[in-house]
Amino acid sequence: MTLTVAQMTLAIMPELLMIVLAGVLIVISIINRDKCKQVLGCITAGGMILAIVSAFLFAMPKAEPILMWGGMLRLDSVTFVFRLIFLFGAAVTAIFSCTEETIRCRPEFYMMLVFSTLGMSLMAASCDLIMLFLAIETASIPLYVMAGIKVKEEKSVEAGLKYFLFGGMSSAIMVYGFSLIYGFSGTTQLFDIAQGVIAQQVPLAGVVVAVVLVLAGFAFKISAAPFHFWAPDVYEGAPTSVTGFLSTASKAAGFAALIRVLMILFDANSAEVWQALIAALAVASMFTGNLVAIPQKNIKRLLAYSSIAQAGYILVGLTSHSTLGVSGAIYYLMAYLVTNLALFAIVGWIGRKTGSDSLAAYAGLSKRSPGLALAMLIGLLSLGGIPPFGGFFAKLLVFGAAVESGWAWLAIVGVINSVIGLYYYLRVLKIMYVDEPAENTPLKVKEPLWLIGLILCLVLVTVMGVVLAPWFGISNWAAIGF
Amino acid sequence: MIPLYWYLLLAALIFCIGLFGVITRRNSVGILISIELMLNAANINLLAFWRYLYAETGDLRGQVFVIIIFVVAAAEAAVGLAMIISAYRQKQTVVANEIDTMKG
Repeated sequence: MTLTVAQMTLAIMPELLMIVLAGVLIVISIINRDKCKQVLGCITAGGMILAIVSAFLFAMPKAEPILMWGGMLRLDSVTFVFRLIFLFGAAVTAIFSCTEETIRCRPEFYMMLVFSTLGMSLMAASCDLIMLFLAIETASIPLYVMAGIKVKEEKSVEAGLKYFLFGGMSSAIMVYGFSLIYGFSGTTQLFDIAQGVIAQQVPLAGVVVAVVLVLAGFAFKISAAPFHFWAPDVYEGAPTSVTGFLSTASKAAGFAALIRVLMILFDANSAEVWQALIAALAVASMFTGNLVAIPQKNIKRLLAYSSIAQAGYILVGLTSHSTLGVSGAIYYLMAYLVTNLALFAIVGWIGRKTGSDSLAAYAGLSKRSPGLALAMLIGLLSLGGIPPFGGFFAKLLVFGAAVESGWAWLAIVGVINSVIGLYYYLRVLKIMYVDEPAENTPLKVKEPLWLIGLILCLVLVTVMGVVLAPWFGISNWAAIGF
Repeated sequence: MIPLYWYLLLAALIFCIGLFGVITRRNSVGILISIELMLNAANINLLAFWRYLYAETGDLRGQVFVIIIFVVAAAEAAVGLAMIISAYRQKQTVVANEIDTMKG
């Protein structure tokens, strides 16, 4: 079954709307850039919500997955679910950015956010190496700019430069891998590559080299060890709302493309080529992230190392190469999205009020602002995998999938790491609830929009931990679509 | 005619020089140049494969891929140079080792 041009255009309606939204923001940036408070963030979030609505109206996947635009994109449940994840993440990020004085009046910041979301959405949809490379760069280049957008702050500039240099290197490595894959198979269409490689009788060593190069590029995007060096510095230096977006949506986009490439290129019989590599990445990420997080004194760095460890847990789900594993990974990404967005929102808010991101600034937070301390508690317990929060089911699903497909040792390593992780999450909670605050002035939230975004995220974290069925249904639906 | 392997070797060599440069160079502009070298290695690979193996079929994917890489490399260089200038304004240096406020 093929689609007409009109149908194909409707199928990418959310992406087209994002381009229009970016255009509107450009025009605003020309006309007026001083007289604004929260208008820009609201316009961006509103546009994102409009795109979500249009996705439901026009871009619903058909019963059978369909390739469109000459095999470049695929209309299926994966595209649909991940698009919603990115749009939601971007809308919430836009709302949180409204409260950061230095960036809330800069239309170009929101424009970059929109373009980056557009790239991520195409990353999840692309089924062709050319399109995939273009989408990855469309998602990444705006992120470099967003990380370095505070040009008057040393740390932000440094974060942007570091992110750019590491990112450029990793995409160059990945595209070299793509060029080898093209040479071996004679095609760039993901679905034809496996056959092409068999027809050309390429030696296994060549395939392994290409896979390693491509995996290295993806490992950078999802900040898995040993390609994680950029993450702590970039997370610390970038504006906090950008950090939230980077650690969630960007990571989810990397995983979407990675899962797509691995699932299509290798069937169940040839999965051993990459399973051991992914398992090694998972173990390295979990241990590096959790062990290095323990001595950290800066909350953003601590969350950065925690996010490296989380990438490890998600990779455990991938290693099992089963529908359960992949849907566990997608569930994990959804739970992680809302959890980390909420956590970084609080971290950013407290950073602005106290002027510090160090753990010492959180001493006695429960006495200064019981509400925020509770919100922080929910987020950290969800990251630690404690019921009744989303992180619990997420961990349960990925470890369960690993055991089911014979990777029991990997699940055990994962559980050990969860315990290590819990240690430093609880340490932050101890600082917040037991330690005496340095000063006793109560902290009051005066930004209603920001509060709505935060509460929305926290409600979702809790709902995902209490009601499993609908969320698992969504992630399972997406996992079948690969 | 020069065999395909020579082109592939050349590309691999340029890729390794680029990777070595990224790892060892301390100047941000030097690292940027090395990244461009790596991208061009991929371009040589793509064009050589296309010309030797797949040109007769009339399939243009190899060439299209190269053009897309050109465009992306240009965009990346533009953004990268802007970031380097903004770092230079802050620190009066483009040496990556001296831009190290954050550690740990």
